[in-house]
Amino acid sequence: MEGLVYIALFAPLVSSLFAGSFAMTSKKQFVGVISSFLLFTSFVASAILGYHVLATNEAIHVKLMDWIVAGDLNIPFGFIVDQVSVTMMFVVTLVSTVVHVYSIGYMDHDKSFNRFFSYLSAFVFSMLVLVMSDNFAGLFIGWEGVGVCSWLLIGFWYHKADVARDINPSISPSWAANEAFIMNRIADLGMLIGIFIIYWNVGSLQYDVVFNAIPNMTQIVLTTAAIALFIGAMGKSAQFPLHTWLTDAMEGPTPVSALIHAATMVTAGVFLVIRANPIFEVTPDVSYFIAALGTFVAFFAASMALVNRDLKRIIAFSTLSQLGYMFAAAGLGAYWIALFHLGAHAFFKALLFLGAGNVMHAMDGELDIFKMGGLKKKMRWTYMYMGLASLTLAGIPPLAGFFSKDAIIETAFNEGSLILWAMLVVTAGMTAFYSFRQVFLTFHGDERYHEFGIHPHEMYKYVLIGMSPLAILAVIAGFFKDGFNDFIIKILPNYQMSEHTHHLALYLGLIVLAVAVSGIVLAYIKYNKGLVRSEKTENSFIYKLLANQYYIPNLYEAVISKPYAELSKLMWKNVDMKIVDATVDGIAKVLYKSGDKSRGMQSGNLSNYLNWMAIGAIVLLVVAILSLVA
Amino acid sequence: MIGLNHYLILSGILFTIGLIGVLRRRNLLMLFFSTEIMLNAANVAFAAISNFYHDLSGQMFAFFIVAIAASEVAIGLGLLILVYKKENTLDLDDLASMKG
Repeated sequence: MEGLVYIALFAPLVSSLFAGSFAMTSKKQFVGVISSFLLFTSFVASAILGYHVLATNEAIHVKLMDWIVAGDLNIPFGFIVDQVSVTMMFVVTLVSTVVHVYSIGYMDHDKSFNRFFSYLSAFVFSMLVLVMSDNFAGLFIGWEGVGVCSWLLIGFWYHKADVARDINPSISPSWAANEAFIMNRIADLGMLIGIFIIYWNVGSLQYDVVFNAIPNMTQIVLTTAAIALFIGAMGKSAQFPLHTWLTDAMEGPTPVSALIHAATMVTAGVFLVIRANPIFEVTPDVSYFIAALGTFVAFFAASMALVNRDLKRIIAFSTLSQLGYMFAAAGLGAYWIALFHLGAHAFFKALLFLGAGNVMHAMDGELDIFKMGGLKKKMRWTYMYMGLASLTLAGIPPLAGFFSKDAIIETAFNEGSLILWAMLVVTAGMTAFYSFRQVFLTFHGDERYHEFGIHPHEMYKYVLIGMSPLAILAVIAGFFKDGFNDFIIKILPNYQMSEHTHHLALYLGLIVLAVAVSGIVLAYIKYNKGLVRSEKTENSFIYKLLANQYYIPNLYEAVISKPYAELSKLMWKNVDMKIVDATVDGIAKVLYKSGDKSRGMQSGNLSNYLNWMAIGAIVLLVVAILSLVA
Repeated sequence: MIGLNHYLILSGILFTIGLIGVLRRRNLLMLFFSTEIMLNAANVAFAAISNFYHDLSGQMFAFFIVAIAASEVAIGLGLLILVYKKENTLDLDDLASMKG
């Protein structure tokens, strides 16, 4: 079994190094094929490990080597495959494999084909380190690795020039990449502080040791640690107010968006909260804050998606919204439901993104849904995939999204947080509306793309077939809810609904379903025929507010970026140039000038030399005498 | 009565004369003479102090210096002759060829 753990973990690394060795050469088809195959190997290993854990109920704990041993500090490079990490491994490797296969087709014409695969596999490797590590230090390494790889991938088309925010809200790929990286650094500081607090109080970073030591820690320490860890999770999972990078990250190639949103990166924050659940379990205030923030983000992101015109951004907002749902569940103590939604969401979100990639490919890179319409005739398969994924996202039974999302909403009701419950229900309706607004505008109605001289065409066959596992899982994943519950409660707290909720479950489900269906119907009435734009709505205050993301990016620019740039300029001109540089240059100048002046001594005349020698000897003599006297 | 101080003052005067010669003279040959004067000033001081302390090692040192000075003069004069044959002058201002 130990070998399988290493295969699952290191196959993506091998793939990355292999593809990386061809990074500077022209496109080679076999690089993509071999990378995909290695990822598939990792998936198979994860699946076998999953079966093993399921059958034996035992976690596999391996120690690769000692890593940091200094004094009392002992951090080994250890990996644990238990119910939580094996679930994550299964989801991550499955989605990644599909994304790799998809990328062979999607990146077909890109000259940096090989480099892309190298980054992609490195991304998966980092995520696997993150989920498999048995201590916080290893988790942090994976955490940072994910950050670096996301930077590389979002900025993959770094050569594109910056444009104004009005034309493209994310300005340019390199700008978006930097934004993602910097926002994550801010949150990572919180995470590091959390890890330091834990080490300071426990003296170890191993999960089991830390969690066993919780009864000995004071409430204030635990609360601080929980807050600091959650700040880290907020950055990675793009929770308000660190959410702006996620939609801007759409600048990366679409397979990257699929990977970031479905499997790697953003789910890391949720994973951290689930993994550290014993800490959050004993800090109810922090947990409640997490739930409230999650609910707020779910609502907030869904509202922005209502009016957006960019196909990928709508899906990105929906990810943000669904992450909000996951945090709401985790914050309310239903960790296993959060993990279940994470998995189900990964499948249909990856499917949505890959579908969006197909559309983008067909439309020559155009993403504005106002310029599409009627694509279902040309792209039957993509239409089916995206329609299915949108139904799942909207939470229509019996698809996966219904089971997982409904469970979260039910949890909110069960906890008696009626405000959270109401907001989550409304969000479910909004989710259904914007998902189908996008589907109808893209695939139904009049064919607006003719005006722009675009000739859409369906994606390659093998890409479409490659996407099918996601579609199947998006349909059936929900049926494994009870089985998953039995499996996961071995290590996660078993959250069950009360009798009262249980009785009402049917009605609650019906309410959510009714809201979701009415969202779809509304979208159908409004957009099925074709695009009807009304000047009045588009100029209204609320529409503008939503379309400009509540002006938060502008606010950040005005309040943080611009003043900081001004301050940097000031420091550069005054402190750096006038103090630091001036000091260094001054020292150099003194040496240079003194050398230049004393050069005259070397006249080549022996008599002069002798004079200097005599002067030197006399000076030394005087010094010697003076020191003797004193 | 001539005491130690007289000898030492003589030695000091001789050394100063030699030093001034080294510093002021431009002729290489004169520089040689000046260094000889300085060496002998040291010899006078050695001999006088040796006698004052009834210790022979000072006089031994003086002998060594005489021997070394003799050999140094032999080599130095040889070199001087060669320089003179090559450059046709012994004036230091004219010999300054290695200007930095």
